[in-house]
This record gives sequence, structure tokens and C-alpha cells, in this order.
Amino acid sequence: MYVYDEFDRTFIAERAEQFRDQVARRLSGELTEDEFKPLRLMNGVYLQLHAYMLRVAIPYGTLSSTQLRKIAEVGRVYDKGYGHFTTRQNIQFNWIKLSDMPDVLESLAEAGLHAIQTSGNCIRNITTDQWAGVAPDEIEDPRFWAEVLRQWSSLHPEFTFLPRKFKIAIAATPHDRAAIKVHDIGLRLVRNDAGEVGFEVLVGGGLGRSPFLGKFLRDFVPREHLISYLEAILRTYNAHGRRDNIYKARIKILVHEIGVEKLKADVEKEWERIRDGYLKLDDAFLADIRSRFVYPEYEPLEDAPEELKRALAADARFATWHANSVARHREPGYGIVTVSLKPIGKPPGDATSGQLDALADLADTYSAGEIRVGHEQNLALPHVRQKDLYALWRKLDAAGLATPNVNLISDMITCPGLDYCSLANARSIPIATAIAERFADLDKARSVGRLHVNISGCINACGHHHVGHIGILGVEKNDREFYQITLGGKADEDARFGDLLGPAIPYDEVTDTIERIVNRYLDLRQSESELFIDTVKRLGVEPFKEALHAVH
Amino acid sequence: MAHPHQQKLRINGPVVITANRLADGVVIHRTGEGRWSESLDDAQVVRAADEALAALKAAQADGLIAVGPYVAPVEAAASARPGNLREKIRSDGPTFPLPSDAPAAYLPKEAGKVAA
Repeated sequence: MYVYDEFDRTFIAERAEQFRDQVARRLSGELTEDEFKPLRLMNGVYLQLHAYMLRVAIPYGTLSSTQLRKIAEVGRVYDKGYGHFTTRQNIQFNWIKLSDMPDVLESLAEAGLHAIQTSGNCIRNITTDQWAGVAPDEIEDPRFWAEVLRQWSSLHPEFTFLPRKFKIAIAATPHDRAAIKVHDIGLRLVRNDAGEVGFEVLVGGGLGRSPFLGKFLRDFVPREHLISYLEAILRTYNAHGRRDNIYKARIKILVHEIGVEKLKADVEKEWERIRDGYLKLDDAFLADIRSRFVYPEYEPLEDAPEELKRALAADARFATWHANSVARHREPGYGIVTVSLKPIGKPPGDATSGQLDALADLADTYSAGEIRVGHEQNLALPHVRQKDLYALWRKLDAAGLATPNVNLISDMITCPGLDYCSLANARSIPIATAIAERFADLDKARSVGRLHVNISGCINACGHHHVGHIGILGVEKNDREFYQITLGGKADEDARFGDLLGPAIPYDEVTDTIERIVNRYLDLRQSESELFIDTVKRLGVEPFKEALHAVH
Repeated sequence: MAHPHQQKLRINGPVVITANRLADGVVIHRTGEGRWSESLDDAQVVRAADEALAALKAAQADGLIAVGPYVAPVEAAASARPGNLREKIRSDGPTFPLPSDAPAAYLPKEAGKVAA
């Protein structure tokens, strides 16, 4: 956990107070909607189909149990008793009144939570691996660098009105769990030949109506120059990014139009000018930030303790969940537990206030009071003693939080879609729940194996459909919902976009079509160990087209 | 469904003026008396583009009550019904049960039943 200092606490509290004044002036008529809209967006407040939506940042996906209880409280007191975790380590509330918003932000600030820069054309919440600090093969904890970037980017006066929003993600392991290749800037912690730690930098990745994978800008930026190098990128983008067309304003379009070599030349020129100035990170500053990351005091334990072995042998349901949801921890005798927020037939990524309270209690008892949020819209308990796993599982199960479907077909990334979102063309959540119901037999889902289905209700791609093994995109034709299907996308270190399978299909035919695609895969795979994504990679989409043809 | 604010004012049937209420975001509709109601039944149904445009302009002047007013299609029978899925969802809410802590309501079906 990172412990805020007095400056941070004052900053958040003052920001909440400032917004109280802005809301009062809007409600009194002193501000018009046109004047107020940019102010509310800078505080994460959107107006959706039914109500206002508040997006709260969970910096680098780390929450204390106290913060989780605060989120539960806001859901219970000001919303309808639940919240929705997004793909960028935020939580969204769907039903908060504008008139209550100042009280909500003040309440969140009490727990060190805020909604600053969760919207608007600024640098958004910095995201990273939900297993940060506990993954065995990590170069170092990426949250430390995410915090450095948070401090640099918060209310950065030069980058508050960028051409468009700007998203940064950091990975620190060979396997990318932060989807860095589809961010405006993707950072990967690496070691150079001299053993020094620095950053590989990618730029211009993103999804939406014009998807691009990030391109290599620099293979090694020494860590003391991280901020100056990013400042040089942002400054170049701010100067040259397009402001005449909202659809061409992201840095990915700039990279596409001028080429990465030209962008690199401009960035290097600017960096050379500023790299040794005040943005160079000194050891004292870094040491101060490091000192405020508090880690649990791990006990000296052995892997696979007797208690765990006995429980695995005695309880098959527990063994199933353990095989699916527990990952290796960097400390012997500990495990990382993924808590699926994809119970069969329920909206993906949603959790009730009761569940969040239960999870906060379990985090206190079993995970050093810490909870993580991942971009796949699941949660994690990062510090669980292996000998406690059975007791933890029983309590998760009782709270409806032990669905053993992590990375299986029912573990879908899903945007809110037309059921909530004013931009959407089609519904996402009912498509997800219908597919999950079709594969409710988790034995069948396990026999299919790892399969990521990502669903977006419009071309803005909040559901990351381009990088789903199966991607589903909602479109509208003559006031009816249709869905395009892509196969073969990936969001990790080998990221690629899926290939279109064929013409869009109507709402009622999506679930049957997905089942036919899965059955086709089961026929085509060379062995049970060949994953869906590998079969698509080997054969392309052509052999899967008959799954559509059965309908058309 | 293209965002209503991006739609040209072309009318092929009965329409109403709809918006969200400033203070709480609740869906509201403009009445024939120039007031706003949560009930679509109370909405003024118009059928001509110039009539709709005049009502829309009047609604846009109500910035202290209504945010983002626009023209929405309805099916007009004895009482107006939403004219497309988007408006139906705005009227009736999400098309699935909302998550709830009510006893047993939110426990997933597989809880306690998963075969190994």
C-alpha cells in the first residue's frame, strides 16, 4: 500500500470542496451546462442514459480494506447498492444524483479516494499489473513508478487540455497483464546489459474506431529520466496532435500520420533539451516515495503446506477453484487469489456493497488488508497464506465470489453498453450473461480452456473487443442491434487485433454463433493443450466461417 | 443507435422532447404546458418537424431543469410508448435485474453446486 502524505490528503479534500462550489453554481444557474460540463468531467462525472455516472480512480489498482468499505458505503448510501469495475482500474457508480456528488467526493476523500482525471482530455489514471509487487518474475514493483507518474501528471498545467485523453500503463513482468500495447504510452520495466533498471517505451497504441498497437519509441530510458522523457512525448503530442477532428486527436493518429521515426526525432530533440533539468529524478525524491509503500511482513513459510494438501484432497470443489484462481506468489507459502466478478448470468465486473464489505473483511483476515483491481474486471487478494486458502474459499463461496471461471469463456470483459451508456449502439451485458449461461457447466468451460471473450457496445471499444480471442462489437442497423465477431485478438505481450469473421449477426443469434465457434474449435484443435487462440493462429478465421454460415 | 444529439431533425412519425433532469439525471419529458414530467404519458407528442423544432428550442431554454434535450421517437397509441430500444431502456431501465444484496437474489446459480 502507498500511504498518502499531508499534501495528498489536503489536495484531495480541497478538490472535493472546489467541486462542491462548482455544483452549487450549476444548480443555481450561475453556470450553464456548457460551462459546467468540462468541470464535471474533470471530476469523473458523466451524464448517462438514466442518471449521472461517477468514475472513481483506483490508482495502480491497489485498494486498502478501508477504501473498499468506503466504496461499498458510497454504493449503499448514494447509489443502488453496487458498483462496476472498469478495464482501467476504476470503479463506476451508475445512479448518483448530481446534488449528492459533492458529499460523495468528500466522503471518498476521507479514505484517500478521488475521481480526479478519470475523464477529460488529460493524463488518466495510470494503470498497471494487478499482481504488482507479488508476481514472482517481476523486475520491480511497477506501482512505485505509477505513483511517480501520478504525482507528475496530477493537475499538470501543461497537459490539462491535451488534444484528447491520454492513457499510460506499466508492466514489469515478461507476461503483460496491463495491456500496455493498447495504451497511448506503454511502459515495460526492463534491465539493460549493464543490469540497470529502466523502461522500454511504446507509443501510439489504442483501441476505439482506429485501433493501433503501440510502436517502439525507445528500448531503454534510464529510470531517473522517466518523467523528462514522458514530458517530451506529451509536449510533442500537445504541439502536433490534431484538434480539428475528435476522431483523429489521439496520439495514435499522430504516430500513424507522421510516422514513429519523425515522432521519435521530435521527442528526442525535446528530451535532449530538458532531460537534465528539474525533471530528472533524484535519489532523495525516489527514496521518499519508496518509503511510503508499505509491504506486509511475510512469515517464513513453505509452499504446499499440509493444511492445503489435505483440503485439496478432501474437497473437489475447492481443488477446482484452487487450480483456477490461485497463482504463484513471489514469497514461498503465499498465493495470489483472483476473485472472479463474473458469476454466471450476472453483469460482468459488478459487485454489490455487501460483497465489497465481505471482501474487505476477508482482505483484513487473509490478505494484509489489501485488494487489487485488474483490467479484466476481476479483483485479487494479493497476500494470502496458502494454509488459509481453504478457509478463505469457503467464505468467498458463501458471498458468491468464488466462481472458478478465471480466464474461461464466462470471464468476459464487457462494457456497460446500451443498458447504461449514452454512446452505445447496442447492449453488451445481456450478450455476456447469455453466453455465460450457455457455458454455465463449468466442466464444459474448463474443457474449452483459456478463452477471452471481449464485448463492446459501440466502436469506442471500452470492452476491448479488438483484443478478445473472440471479440464482439455491437452495431446498429435500422434501429436494431447487430454484432460483428472477430477472432484471434490478444492483449498481452504478443498483442494483435482479431480478424473479422463475416457480416454482423442479429442480437438473437449471437449466443448460438459463439457456441458454434467454440464447437468448431473443439473439432479443429490438434490436442487438448492447443488453446483457442493458438488454433485461430494456426488456421486463421476461414475454418470458423461456417459458424456464421449456419445462420446466413 | 446514433447518439440523438448527432441526429438531424428528421421526423418520420410521432416524437417527444426528452432530457435528463439537472439535479439527479432522471429521464424527463416535456409536456404540452411547457413543464417536465417523469412520465412519458404526460409528454407532448408532436408530428411535424417545425413543431418539434419549436418545442426543442423552448426546452433548450430550460437549462436549469433539463440537460441535453432532444427529439425522441415514440409510438403513439392511447398513450405514448418509447419508439426505439434506446428510449425503451431510458424509460424502463436496464434490461436485466440490477445487482442486489437482497437475500439469495445475487448469489450466482452455481454457488454450492459446481461439479469438480
